Amino acid sequence: MPPTDLKTPATTRKSHRRSRLILRYVLLTLGAVIVLFPVYVAIVNSLLEPSQIAHQPPPLFPLHPQWNSYSRAWSQGSLGIYLRNSAIQTALIVTGQVATSVLAGFAFAFLAFPFKRTLFITFLATLMIPFEVTVTTNLSTITSLGWFNSYAGLAVPFLATGFGTFLMRQAFLQIPRDLREAAELDGYGRLAFLWRVAIPLARPAIAALAVFSFLSSWNQYLWPLLATGNDNSVRTVQIGLKQLLNTQLDQINVSLAGTVIAVVPLIVLLVIFQKQLVRGLTAGAVK
Amino acid sequence: MRRSLRESSLAYLLLLPALAIFGVFTFYPFLENFRLALYENPPFPGLPSHYVGLSQVGSVLGSTGFHQSLVSTFLFVIMVVPCGLLGGLALAVAAHQKLAGMSIYRTIFSSTVVSSVAVAAVVFGTLMDPVVGLLPWLGINPTPPILSNPTWALPAVALIAIWQFLGLSFIIMTAGLQSLPEEVLEAARLDGAGGWTMFWRITVPLLSPSLFFGVVVGTIYAFQSFGQIDILIGPQNAAFTHTNVLLYYVYNALSVQNNPGLAAVLSIVLFTILLVLTLVQFRFLERRVHYASD
Amino acid sequence: MASVTFSGVTKRFDDVVAVNALDLEVADGELLVLLGPSGCGKTTALRMVAGLEEVTDGDLAIGDLRVNDLAPKDRDVAMVFQSYALYPHMTVQRNIEFPLKRQGVAAAERSSRVLEAATTLGLDELLERKPGQLSGGQRQRVALARAIVRAPRVFLMDEPLSNLDATLRVQTRSDIVAIQRRLGTTTIYVTHDQVEAMTMGHRIAVMRNGALEQVASPTDLYDRPATAFVASFLGSPGMNLLAATGFTGHDGTPGLRAAGAELPWPDGFSRQPSGDVTLGFRPEAASLGSEGLDARIILVERLGAETHLICSLADGERVVVRQRDRQSSHQISDHVRIRIDTDQIHLFDAESGLRLGEGT
Repeated sequence: MPPTDLKTPATTRKSHRRSRLILRYVLLTLGAVIVLFPVYVAIVNSLLEPSQIAHQPPPLFPLHPQWNSYSRAWSQGSLGIYLRNSAIQTALIVTGQVATSVLAGFAFAFLAFPFKRTLFITFLATLMIPFEVTVTTNLSTITSLGWFNSYAGLAVPFLATGFGTFLMRQAFLQIPRDLREAAELDGYGRLAFLWRVAIPLARPAIAALAVFSFLSSWNQYLWPLLATGNDNSVRTVQIGLKQLLNTQLDQINVSLAGTVIAVVPLIVLLVIFQKQLVRGLTAGAVK
Repeated sequence: MRRSLRESSLAYLLLLPALAIFGVFTFYPFLENFRLALYENPPFPGLPSHYVGLSQVGSVLGSTGFHQSLVSTFLFVIMVVPCGLLGGLALAVAAHQKLAGMSIYRTIFSSTVVSSVAVAAVVFGTLMDPVVGLLPWLGINPTPPILSNPTWALPAVALIAIWQFLGLSFIIMTAGLQSLPEEVLEAARLDGAGGWTMFWRITVPLLSPSLFFGVVVGTIYAFQSFGQIDILIGPQNAAFTHTNVLLYYVYNALSVQNNPGLAAVLSIVLFTILLVLTLVQFRFLERRVHYASD
Repeated sequence: MASVTFSGVTKRFDDVVAVNALDLEVADGELLVLLGPSGCGKTTALRMVAGLEEVTDGDLAIGDLRVNDLAPKDRDVAMVFQSYALYPHMTVQRNIEFPLKRQGVAAAERSSRVLEAATTLGLDELLERKPGQLSGGQRQRVALARAIVRAPRVFLMDEPLSNLDATLRVQTRSDIVAIQRRLGTTTIYVTHDQVEAMTMGHRIAVMRNGALEQVASPTDLYDRPATAFVASFLGSPGMNLLAATGFTGHDGTPGLRAAGAELPWPDGFSRQPSGDVTLGFRPEAASLGSEGLDARIILVERLGAETHLICSLADGERVVVRQRDRQSSHQISDHVRIRIDTDQIHLFDAESGLRLGEGT
């Protein structure tokens, strides 16, 4: 205890500290309520009959939850198909991005070759060109390749990433040069070193990249909107939600149920991989 | 010699997949914009476009629709970035304590980062609905309804973007707070700095790299947002001209008007604005940013 | 097992010459220590043998095979790194096994060889641990085990003890020597520590500025250093070196003038009556007496078994005197006279630093 506080009776100080603690929790909880309120309302409304939703004041708790909105969103809203499509697109993009980033990052970190600097700057330059300004031509490119309304059209333009390459290069640069030389003397060539030593050691960075790329491809909006047709064959869940909202205007509970379904995979992702997600999202801040 | 040749070939082989994708889907379409901008598309799709030189660029840049779009975009960015950053900072400071249950609060505060634009739009669309939402009950019921109201539609979609950005902003600020040098804060405490002084005089300057990063990320994020507008407002809406941000303009030019020439001009404008903003941010903000180490 | 031969081997990094026309033969089964200050080129020489640096010029051979263009993995050499370079994600077992796996050694033989190597180094209890869970000394042993398990033709060791504390260093030193003597594997051992060099090497090659100064057995190196640099680098403390001038007295006998005193020209060195020379004597070849060089004591270091007196001569040059007498009564600022045992004097050319030739 600091001696300067001797004048204050211990009990007062204790209760003062406790009230500050309570105040802090109140503030934190208030913040949590503000952040979660829209989601809470969505969940509640998804369990209500449309007539109840319109009731004034709207009920804040579903006393008689109506789960059938979920089954209707799943079947009539084709949510099951959309989720599958999103899963396939995301799986392709995550795998592709991790693969190309690992390979390119390894080359930049461990190999010597002419024009290395120029090529690295070229990779970084892609970060300056937002995907949005390339959609005009990309749309006609995938159309002429016959990839309109296909998984190839949804995924191929995103199979490489400057950010991911940069992230992997940084991770590989952390690996001591001695390890590569030791592996070389132990008889392992460069690719064997990549597979058996560099990739296992860079696992945290790979996980961060994978989670980051999962998040960004699952939530894509502009490109799937442009590159998919009007049938459901490859339409992703984000576009499906827009569709659901347009077709089920009178049944908000069904749209909201669809929204909840669409967001569940990401909530799971957040809870399980929070550490990796934070790492991926803040990687750019590290100089 | 032979070994270094083998090493170079391997390197190029490893770079090839990424370079091919970048070449076809990033650099080529980016440059193609400059060619497309010189060709005007006829009002009816199917007819060939024809070369008009810079006249199309001039007419787009001079049109009222474009000016209105620019204004809407900047208003949108100016609402989203500061509010999102300050909100994230406030949450991060509140949660920067070793207290029981803090990891739950952190998860909740970061959670909006996973929300997609469609999810956020549907959820907020319900909240802002003139009939079923909470707002009418609270007595907030402007005419025309919020999402069709030329005055309120843009702030409303900005609110959605702020909510979505809150999670990322919180994560960036928390990472910044956690990397603050503990000794400096302790030294300031020993020097007698109180809570509020300490926050503004010590914490915020030390946090400036994270704030800077947040501004850059937030600006890019705000420029790329249009999904809320597409889902909740749309081109038939009365508030459309007041919410037609640049990217939505590009999208409509492409998919509704089938006009690649217009889209290309707008894409170049969008790229230029982002480039200039990024450079300006680096030039002016970075000079003021205090980097704790290096 | 094989010899290693450097013939005029040169390594240039852009404009910097790291190793300059090195001629050196490491005999089959020998432990040769490459000794020198940091930046002398000893590590570069070692890395060229490993194949981690390309040879710019000259020929490098292992056995009868010129290896200049051979990839590291085809040279059959094992290296122990200063940092140990253990794979952090693998257990001790898998670290040691790693090179064998590549050679296609069958699983059963692999595990018996790993166990043998691990037992030799006292690691058999630690096979399931990962490097992060080991002490520095244990990691060092894993690195050694990984090298010996392959039974390579040559061991290369790059300052393997420099990250250990003093006690462990002395013990590991003798362990490495014992293993090397038992296996009889040709070994090149790089260090900047002259005590390690003296105690471990069959021969020591002293390098400086990318060039070889002298290669000889530890005793020869100590007793007959070929250059003033070798003389000062070996021994702790190193040899005292003083600028001196040769002269011929009135009676025609040659003499040596140093630090204001005159000495008779020592036997066994060719005379250079007119030239400047460097006079060298080891601290144990000097004693305090009633005559000799005028000096003042500036520091007394009592090491227990012996005492070092650091003295300043009239012209400011420093000289160390080693006394066996632990009760030395001398104190700082005492004025003393230093007598040099003329039988233990070394003379070097003042300009080139080379030891003066034999003769009269």
